Amino acid sequence: MIAGVPTEFTPPGPESFNTTPIIDGVDWFTKPVLVAALSVVVIVWFFWGASRKAAVVPSKLQFAGELGYNFVRNSIARDAIGSQDYMRFVPYLTGLFFFILLNNVAASIPLIQFPTFSHIGWAYVAAIMSWVIYNAVGIKKKGLWGYFKHQTMPAGVPGWLMPLMIPIEFISNILVRPVSLSLRLFANMFAGHILLLVFVLGGEYMVFESGSIALGGVGIITFLMGLAIAALELFVQCIQAYIFVVLTAQYIGSAIADEH
Amino acid sequence: MLTLVLPLAEAAGEEPSPLLPHTAEIIFGFVFLILLAIAFAKVVVPKFEKAYADRTAAIEGGMNEAKQAQAEAKAALEKYNAQLAEARSEAAKIREDAREQGAQIIAEMREQAGVEAERIVSHARTQIDAERTQAVASLRGEVGTMATTLAGRIVGESLEDEARQRRTVERFLSELEASESARAAVGTDG
Repeated sequence: MIAGVPTEFTPPGPESFNTTPIIDGVDWFTKPVLVAALSVVVIVWFFWGASRKAAVVPSKLQFAGELGYNFVRNSIARDAIGSQDYMRFVPYLTGLFFFILLNNVAASIPLIQFPTFSHIGWAYVAAIMSWVIYNAVGIKKKGLWGYFKHQTMPAGVPGWLMPLMIPIEFISNILVRPVSLSLRLFANMFAGHILLLVFVLGGEYMVFESGSIALGGVGIITFLMGLAIAALELFVQCIQAYIFVVLTAQYIGSAIADEH
Repeated sequence: MLTLVLPLAEAAGEEPSPLLPHTAEIIFGFVFLILLAIAFAKVVVPKFEKAYADRTAAIEGGMNEAKQAQAEAKAALEKYNAQLAEARSEAAKIREDAREQGAQIIAEMREQAGVEAERIVSHARTQIDAERTQAVASLRGEVGTMATTLAGRIVGESLEDEARQRRTVERFLSELEASESARAAVGTDG
């Protein structure tokens, strides 16, 4: 690709997400693994530092840590699960939230610029863990049959509707939830990244490689659009982390909720 | 969905579908998430919760202290009020006693004064009586002398004999006294 010489533009696609090993020969050590590991280190380091000397009168670091911790603890876990049972889910929900948040926002950090959750394996893992947890606590509280009844037979539905209700509720509450959880997160990260690539690479191509002045002008506008989309993406990255954890908390809450 | 994508991906060549996970990422995903959950469960959550509990305790302790102080102040106020009321009633009692005592003292004084007056009056009376008796005695002597002198002059004879003279005077005075007391009895009657 030499500037000024028209070349074929190859649009970004699924292959744009192929990662090569950072160290030759160590196949598993790719960029998402590195970013995820870094995120774990950062989260543990930050919260350890913030909570290590937790006191009645908080330091600035403790205050910041409490702000993040309280957000998940009160606004997500307590509101969705209820003040009686929420505390035992707070560690998982807090870890999950900050793990997704940091890995999503990493896509907006220069030099990293890769959303970990655009590799669907991570999303599957998070969804499976949430699925296992909410089903396990539901079964533990109500028993297998009681939990099945709780999830598939809504109260107040007439008996003749049950043959219709049970399969629908079972599919939506047991089968689809992990799929929708993981696909929502994955698709948002994947699509957002590809959109950004289209605008940035396309703009770059039009400005530097198309060889046309008109296309160059359009390319600049495209590039600016790309900046706007990057800002939008930052918002989406945060929202998706929030949605994933809120839904997990709600699934847990509905699994252990008492019958009304 | 996977079954739909899988053959397509294989047909396209070596390009795997983005919906197929990498094994390494699945493993790392579980490891990282469980690690985070444990870190939060073991360190962060207990520390923060302890700080929250301490904070709540500190606030509640302060409130309890304030409540206690308030109760103490109230008790002290009640005590002072009770003491004040007691002092007031005592003062009233003392005043009452003083008034009674005063009245008693005045009555006693009045009685004493009455007795004293009586005494003075009776004393004066006896003195007057004595003086009168004395006056009467001296008058008697004087009147005797005068009467003898008069009588001597009248009868022309000197009554040299003192004994006779006295007898005569005594007799005269007795008569005089008798008539005088008769007159006095008539005077008091009248």
